[in-house]
Amino acid sequence: MDVFETILISFDALKTNKMRSALTMLGIIIGVSAVILLVSIGEGARQYIKREFGSLGTNILIVVPGKTAKEGGMHMGTSAVRKLVYDDALLIKRRSAHIKYAVPVIVGTSWVKYRGQSRDTYIVGVTEEYFPARNLRVELGRSLNTDDVQMRRRVCILGRTVKRDLFGDRNPLGAFIKIGDGRYRVIGIMKKKGVTLGYDLDDVVFIPTTAASELFDTDALFNITVKARSAEVVEEAKRDIKNILRKRHAGREDFTVLSQDEMLDVMGKVLSIMTAVLAGIAAISLVVGGIGIMNIMLVSVRERTKEIGIRKAVGAKNRDILFQFLTESTILSLTGGGIGVTAGVTIAMLIPRFISFLPVEVAWWSVIVAFVFSGMVGIFFGVYPARKAALYDPIVALRYE
Amino acid sequence: MDEEIIKLVNIRKIYFLGKVSIEVLKGIDLTVKKGEFVAIMGPSGSGKSTLLNIIGCLDRPTEGRYILEGVEVTERDDRELAEIRNRKIGFVFQSFNLLPRMPAWKNVELPLIYTGVNARERKDLAMKMLEKVGLLERAEHRPSELSGGEQQRVAIARALINTPSVILADEPTGNLDSRSGHEVMEIFKSLNKEGATIILVTHERDVAKYAERVVTIKDGICQDGCF
Ligand SMILES: Nc1ncnc2c1ncn2[C@@H]1O[C@H](COP(=O)(O)OP(=O)(O)O)[C@@H](O)[C@H]1O
Ligand SMILES: [Mg+2]
Repeated sequence: MDVFETILISFDALKTNKMRSALTMLGIIIGVSAVILLVSIGEGARQYIKREFGSLGTNILIVVPGKTAKEGGMHMGTSAVRKLVYDDALLIKRRSAHIKYAVPVIVGTSWVKYRGQSRDTYIVGVTEEYFPARNLRVELGRSLNTDDVQMRRRVCILGRTVKRDLFGDRNPLGAFIKIGDGRYRVIGIMKKKGVTLGYDLDDVVFIPTTAASELFDTDALFNITVKARSAEVVEEAKRDIKNILRKRHAGREDFTVLSQDEMLDVMGKVLSIMTAVLAGIAAISLVVGGIGIMNIMLVSVRERTKEIGIRKAVGAKNRDILFQFLTESTILSLTGGGIGVTAGVTIAMLIPRFISFLPVEVAWWSVIVAFVFSGMVGIFFGVYPARKAALYDPIVALRYE
Repeated sequence: MDEEIIKLVNIRKIYFLGKVSIEVLKGIDLTVKKGEFVAIMGPSGSGKSTLLNIIGCLDRPTEGRYILEGVEVTERDDRELAEIRNRKIGFVFQSFNLLPRMPAWKNVELPLIYTGVNARERKDLAMKMLEKVGLLERAEHRPSELSGGEQQRVAIARALINTPSVILADEPTGNLDSRSGHEVMEIFKSLNKEGATIILVTHERDVAKYAERVVTIKDGICQDGCF
């Protein structure tokens, strides 16, 4: 039988009950757009994190004291974890050919004051290598240099937020601010970094790591931030770091080397799973929509019993009737799917305009999957009503009023 | 002209309703030749419609043989019966049985959709059939916009469109006033003149008069005219 004619008849039938068809489609529309939206948000978050991490420098390895479970392997006794110190960083750099930078980092919080203004902020002790390693730019003034670090100069570079709070519009270069009990000369202002992963990267003051050691009265490092020479040698660099530090730590591996890619991978996996779970939940609403289609098709088959009888009387085969109703339910779900795709993609694209912190990236595979799935829902839930229609006895159907 | 189109041999129809069973047709033998105009008469409930439905391949006999144009129909499956209904049978019902949402010409072309004829040819043929029953100017009207007589003429046009071997009509005038009833019967008469084989069920003597042969059924048994 004529496929075009079948489609025409289906549209005709659906048009006769416009409201009913629309409401039935709504279930599919909501399901499809929900799947697309949730996947797009998940995908957006994944790419956002990837991008933000990338902006924090590539080929980065971070050495932290202590053994984390993630690294695996045996737990080496229960003795106290040995701290990482300034010389560890120096040695790593000196002994490994694969390492470009190794920065001993000390982090603490402290009040910073300038005249009447003050702010509680992060004080990060670093060396001059930290800035190129982390893709950080000094916008005004100068960065740290080797002398600053080696001579424990009390100089500082302000993040944008701190500068604004302490100095407003005034030029802070050359001014002295108070950090803890010490006076520090402002030598530079950081380029604005913005907020990443919930942290205000501009709410920070950089000082030489040696000065920070004095300020916080400790030689224990927060971490050693290492940059490998290239992506290819990250693994070798990691191995070198382990060997070097193990020797210094009496053969114990009481530290952890994390690569940024690993952290990114783990986060990416978590996000992928979350996205999949959310999409799965949204897909349930598609199934519910499918049940709605089945329900309406059952009503439709019953209402059109007489029509089925007439068609059979003039020669429609069971197959023709089956195909007729299956086409109808599929058109219903595919139209719903199409509208759902349009709605989902439109909303996904509009979200960033209204909610700036919600990253959204339309995943085109989800669009295709959702659309195809909606079509399958229409066929699957259309089969039962269509079979019922096809198997009507023509005489019984003709007599139906 | 002596070609047998329909041959029924000892047709029985029994309905099983739980414990009781009703034997509606108790062994009917009937032969209809090409070009004949047969009226089946009998009181209400005598099994006329049941018999016509069997002849029209809408229903199957419980027992007996049915040969249509030399082909044994009794053993055909649903699919083949649908094909026979489509190509060899033109059915006209008492209650017209038109599709209410479709214009007259769409109703008329309906059987051709299942024959696999393309849309252009379907419409051309449908228009020709409507012209034949005098309703060409009503082609775009829906059934609800037509009188009973006109609706029945549309139904006749539909029955004719596949040039069937036999036209079956189950009380085609039952829902009509006598004037349109006679109009409809005139159409059947002229179709028969053109060579169509017609079997008509009625309980009105007036209507049966149009036929050249009358078969009488009572209590599922052929009383008269069956041979
Ligand atoms: N599906 C059925 N189940 C049970 N009995 C039926 C069925 N169809 C018809 N009958 C019975 O068969 C008898 C004949 O019906 P029918 O052929 O319609 O008679 P007519 O057309 O001569 O008035 C009636 O008594 C009717 O009740
Ligand atoms: Mg009857």
